[in-house]
Amino acid sequence: MEIDLALIWSLLIAFAVLAYVLLDGFDLGIGILFPLFKRGSERDYAMNTIAPVWDGNETWLVLGGGGLFAVFPLAYSVVLPALYAPLTIMLLGLIFRGVAFEYRWRSENSQWLWDLAFFGGSFAAAFCQGIALGALVQGIDVVDRAYAGGWWNWLTPFSLLTGVAVVVGYILLGSTWLILKTVGPVQEKAYRYAKPALFGLLSLIGIVSIWTPFLNPEFLARWFTMPQIIYTAPVPLLVLTSALVLLRGLKQKNDVWPFFASLGLFILTYIGLGISFFPYMVPPSLTIWQAAAPDVSLEFLLVGTAVLVPLILGYTAYAYWVFRGKVDPEEGYH
Amino acid sequence: MVEFLDAALLARVQFAFTISFHIVFPAFSIGLASYLAVLEGLWLWTGRDVYLRIFKYWIKIFAVVFGMGVVSGIVMSYQFGTNWSVFSDKTGPILGPLMGYEVLSAFFLEAGFLGVMLFGMNKVGKRLHFFATLMVAIGTLFSAFWILSVNSWMQTPAGYGINDVGQFIPVDWWAAVFNPSFPYRLVHMVLAAYLTTAFVVGGVAAWHLLRDKTNQSARIMFSMAMWMAVIVAPIQIIAGDFHGLNTLEHQPAKIAAMEGHFDTKKGAPLILFGLPSMQDETVHYALEIPKLGSLILTHDLDGEIKGLKEWGPKDRPNVPIVFWSFRIMVGLGFLMAALGAWSFLRRMQKKLYETPLMLRFATWMAPSGFVALLAGWITTEVGRQPYTVYGLLRTSDSISPIDAPAVAISLLAFVVVYFAVFGVGVVYILRLMKRTPDTDIPNDYRPDGAPTRATSMFPTKTLSSDDRTLIQETGSKTNGN
Ligand code: HDD
Ligand code: HEM
Ligand code: HEM
Repeated sequence: MEIDLALIWSLLIAFAVLAYVLLDGFDLGIGILFPLFKRGSERDYAMNTIAPVWDGNETWLVLGGGGLFAVFPLAYSVVLPALYAPLTIMLLGLIFRGVAFEYRWRSENSQWLWDLAFFGGSFAAAFCQGIALGALVQGIDVVDRAYAGGWWNWLTPFSLLTGVAVVVGYILLGSTWLILKTVGPVQEKAYRYAKPALFGLLSLIGIVSIWTPFLNPEFLARWFTMPQIIYTAPVPLLVLTSALVLLRGLKQKNDVWPFFASLGLFILTYIGLGISFFPYMVPPSLTIWQAAAPDVSLEFLLVGTAVLVPLILGYTAYAYWVFRGKVDPEEGYH
Repeated sequence: MVEFLDAALLARVQFAFTISFHIVFPAFSIGLASYLAVLEGLWLWTGRDVYLRIFKYWIKIFAVVFGMGVVSGIVMSYQFGTNWSVFSDKTGPILGPLMGYEVLSAFFLEAGFLGVMLFGMNKVGKRLHFFATLMVAIGTLFSAFWILSVNSWMQTPAGYGINDVGQFIPVDWWAAVFNPSFPYRLVHMVLAAYLTTAFVVGGVAAWHLLRDKTNQSARIMFSMAMWMAVIVAPIQIIAGDFHGLNTLEHQPAKIAAMEGHFDTKKGAPLILFGLPSMQDETVHYALEIPKLGSLILTHDLDGEIKGLKEWGPKDRPNVPIVFWSFRIMVGLGFLMAALGAWSFLRRMQKKLYETPLMLRFATWMAPSGFVALLAGWITTEVGRQPYTVYGLLRTSDSISPIDAPAVAISLLAFVVVYFAVFGVGVVYILRLMKRTPDTDIPNDYRPDGAPTRATSMFPTKTLSSDDRTLIQETGSKTNGN
């Protein structure tokens, strides 16, 4: 049997993007919540929970983008011009967010400015990622191996809605991360913010799920015809289950469950999206196989990936292990 | 929109602008990461505290520089797709996997261990911490390896075929990765990063020595930097010469532009200075040394060197830019070697720290590495125009189907944001460099790191401490401003 390299790679890229969303999701969520914490000690504390890991988290975005260039160059060269404006704003947002980690500690009088940059950058990046997702779901036109639309096509009510959904989702991840990693007033606030974020996210997921199948008849068929429905039906059910677990965790003031239940929510919605997408890389124009680089390229990178990704997961886990447990509120900067 | 501002030109300006900002930080990160590893190694090996103090002094600067390198780098990896989509589609099958390896083998390694390096000294113990520092340093070098392979492939493509949709496809990976100009470029660039860092470290140390020549940390920093200058600068000149010979073989038009040769000649002169004119196809007011050009490039007094007239006007790079940027780089290279030699002389006379004129010279040379580095890249990149893949894919055919206004607006946004954000970053770095090394704030690794305040020369007001104000105070007291 032929090994379907393109399929393997689509799963690997999907994994990289998921890892990014989960990991940088809570970083960005904390950034979005930042103004709600008291200036000074509370904000320092919230930021210290992610300072040692945010860079590694963001690297998954580089793998998602760089990986797309490597194994689906056609998709890369179609999607990026199509999403020119939201991606540019996302990059600028990530610049502000990233430098704020260092600059905040270096400035006395203008610390508020870098707090604002941290919030604004995180918000812009999250919102634009959501817009990019929506724009991809609603479809991108391709003619002659090139993007064939204008530079505003990404802007629709649907993409704005997915933008909001991602922002709310990241708030949920961020607040449950803080519940996991902090104690005291910051944790109490996080408990307070997690609940509305959960309800907001659930309703947004609901609206997006109902809307999506009508954007593209193929999505509709995927979700609502036999026998596919046997595979797809459990997804919404599992979403509800995780939501219930999360809610219970919040009620019982359990520090651990809310975070993992939010991860579960994200993973399930992501799988739901995957079901809609498959076998497209860029719906409705390019399938995985049309977008893939030649097999020699896929093979060459796969060999290294098979060795390096387990290593990466290993030392990433080690880094999280080093900084495990509650962060000490007194702990200063390096 | 103004008509002459076409999307292609704007995209080129945007690429040149963003990469020029980016490369400044990686070059410094590569050098500093290795320097920090050496310092920590020396500390573990000799047990002398002063190495740890120097380590802590530079790690703060490293953290800021690294952060700026990361955020400007992410822009680069997306810009290929947003602005150069045709290029991406065509070269993706070859360049993509190489950059993929960079992410997997370098970026994750750096980022994964950075947290432990910056925040974990008290959590993991000395040895594991040293290991983390080493991994970060190795990561930066892996990164240089892959990205320079990518860039070199674009300069001297090898190991490729072309498929029916016009993509470059890999035929021989080994030949593609180790393409003809890659070894030269890698050596030259890594040496450049080390030299750049050495001159910053040396410059900062010299500045502090001018204020207090007994400062122990500053003396060690200066001594280490000057060893680098005396050893590495001459090696860099030799490496550059080899690099030039390789370029003559593969990109003779670039060499002709660097040298300012329009006519093909046997026994060509070396033009030291002059005003090249592309229109008149000559170098005005040329100051030249007969036959030396042929001697350097062909190692034969009467060797033949091709002039730019061998190529049509459309296939020539911009001569004045290449000509001048090359001279800036080479000039600085010789200045660096000169400072190295001078310091060696004074070291032999046991007067290394007692030569104010030399210390002042070293202070002025602090940014020289950055200038030489950018000048070198401009030589390389402008010199290979009008191609993105040399001889095969023209820059004008590489561009995304994006309207000029979109590119113009994003370019404007990048310019504004980069100057604001990185400008502030540079100010913070300079402020960190202004701290007097031996009086560094000791409670870095709180809470468990017991404050070793004994070294501080100044009474501190509070224990909980705010290093920002303290830094400024310390700085202003010692510097008298
Ligand atoms: C010779 C070295 C060199 C060169 C020529 C480049 N870079 Fe770079 N880059 C590095 C050396 C480096 C580095 C030393 O590895 C950095 C600097 C700071 C850092 O975090 O890693 C880095 C960071 C960095 C990052 C962030 C990595 C992270 O998240 O940790 C990305 C995505 C890129 N680069 C991408 C690029 C691209 C697309 C380039 C070319 C167009 C490029 N770099 C040129
Ligand atoms: C790191 C230091 C680098 C610097 C300072 C630099 C600088 C430049 C400059 C000034 C140009 C514009 C030339 C012109 O248009 O006349 C350019 C072009 C280009 N460079 Fe580099 N470059 C660097 C590294 C790289 C690397 C590592 C890559 C590839 C991975 C690369 C890819 C390109 C491409 C695709 C162009 C063509 C687009 C254009 O003409 O602007 N560069 N670079
Ligand atoms: C006097 C000695 C030097 C000579 C003869 C020399 C020679 C060269 C040559 C011929 C190139 C063009 C390569 C090409 O064709 O693409 C080059 C590029 C470059 N040079 Fe130098 N160089 C010298 C000193 C320096 C110094 C001191 C630095 C920085 C500290 C530096 C940094 C660079 C960089 C970053 C590039 C672009 C990357 C590359 O192509 O390697 N050079 N150099």
